[in-house]
Amino acid sequence: MPSDMLRDVKELIKAHGTPEREVYLDGENSGMVFPEALRAMVNAYRGLRFAHPSITHRAGWESYEALYEATETIAGFIGAEAGEITYTHSGTEANNLAIIGAALANKSGRRKIVVSSIEHLSVIFPAESLRKVGYKLVEVPVDREGFVEEEAFSNAIDRDVFLVSVAAVNHEIGTVQDLKGLVEIARDKNPDIIFHTDAVDALGRVKFDVRDLDVDMATLSSHKCYGPKGAGALYIRDGVKVEPILHGQLSTQRLWPGVENVPAIIGFAKAVELLDRNFDAYVARMRRLRDMLIEGIMSSVEHVILNGPRGARRAPDNVNVSFLFCEGEAITVELSLKGIYVSSGSACTSRVLEPSHVLLALGRLYEEAHGSILMKVSPMHSEDDIRYVLRHVPEAISRIRSISPIKGEVG
Amino acid sequence: MLELFRNPKNLGRMDDANATATAGSLACGDMIAIYLKIDEKTQVIEKAQFESYGCAANIAAASLLTEMVKGKPLEEAWKISWVDISEELGGLPPIKYHCGVLAVGALRRAIRAYFKNREKPDWLPEGPTPEEKHALEEEKLMEMLARRYKIQVGKRG
Repeated sequence: MPSDMLRDVKELIKAHGTPEREVYLDGENSGMVFPEALRAMVNAYRGLRFAHPSITHRAGWESYEALYEATETIAGFIGAEAGEITYTHSGTEANNLAIIGAALANKSGRRKIVVSSIEHLSVIFPAESLRKVGYKLVEVPVDREGFVEEEAFSNAIDRDVFLVSVAAVNHEIGTVQDLKGLVEIARDKNPDIIFHTDAVDALGRVKFDVRDLDVDMATLSSHKCYGPKGAGALYIRDGVKVEPILHGQLSTQRLWPGVENVPAIIGFAKAVELLDRNFDAYVARMRRLRDMLIEGIMSSVEHVILNGPRGARRAPDNVNVSFLFCEGEAITVELSLKGIYVSSGSACTSRVLEPSHVLLALGRLYEEAHGSILMKVSPMHSEDDIRYVLRHVPEAISRIRSISPIKGEVG
Repeated sequence: MLELFRNPKNLGRMDDANATATAGSLACGDMIAIYLKIDEKTQVIEKAQFESYGCAANIAAASLLTEMVKGKPLEEAWKISWVDISEELGGLPPIKYHCGVLAVGALRRAIRAYFKNREKPDWLPEGPTPEEKHALEEEKLMEMLARRYKIQVGKRG
């Protein structure tokens, strides 16, 4: 990073000042960590369990033991066997391993990949990259709430399909797909397909069992379920063929070279343990906070649209609303001044000057996507946090609207 | 920059403006409206105001530009480039260059609008300047993207 950029960001932080309270709701871009999970990770470092788990000394064996125990916890939570888990260092890496790795191992002549149009970019981009080597990518449309259109999905599955990937829960709008139904449709049309699901946003939000859903691969991410950053995982059903996409010195696993991030994985397992033990209580708490936030915003601000479904068909942590006549990035900065940290589907925040492909796939207008704000509550948030947010949102929106040349003339 | 976002100067519509223009569009997620009150005799900008539908940098750029042109003859105001805006703001990051470009594009469109029914001075170029072209390109890009996503801007898809 050039030194003048560092100077600029220092000045920016200084000008911003310290808000009276901070409410972090940007779990989509980087998740909060359970204090217990953080402690587990720090203790792992203190206890030499950062050691290389496949080296022959006591520290290595203890690291191996801790890694294996963590794997049993994580695998058990999703109904898998420990041997079916491959660690990466993020969800993005696991999605890439699933798609590119399965294609490298694909000895059949089938060359079609089917995904939904609202998949995470770490699914869409690797699938698109396979076009260069002769694969065909079909993006199945979704309805206005983000549910995969079953007829179009069924029509897309033919004898040429080799891989299907649909997320269990959408990362931006919280749509809880009828994954089991989609797997049944797909296998009915073509029993040879590999079914992958990005389960990063499902873990701890909905019941997720790989055997019950009958999926072949599932992507998990530690920081998305309140574990530390730096650990992702791919469940690969025993017997499903995947080739490595990275090459180097192997440790305990065939498909991902390099040293496993054992302390982060230990923290990941601790987060999973807490989610498992308190599942119903956490879900009920998040749902209460989610609805408090949605209803509070919809009743105190005019011209707001909720993106995604309501009730049990929506992930308990997800709040995604579009403020019309507002540009989302300006809202994120305005709320930041009050210590409220959120993200937007606006072109400006995406760094590519294109608005969220998920919102556009729902049939949202550009201006609706630009004014979208994504917030995720967690089991660590309180009603006081939400009340604080609700106290500041109407004022922030009204100030951004007062700057805009468009004042309720569209919509 | 954050200060200009927090307390923008010259904000709001101007009722007695004799030159106005917008650049960008709702679809781009960036739109700047510029209002100028120009002295008919001296062709000096007496007042300049703006409105912005855009990000924090966009708001800051428009606010700064209106501050810079106040009291300037049109010829001098015309010469302000997006680089000047970026420098005054303490350097915009590359992803935000277009905010400065869009603000200058809107200003130049307003100046052109002023001369639409008046005698054109020698310093006013016939063809569009890079900033004006960029504003056009950004508006066109969004039309293209809209077609790609089969979305009609301003209408429900």
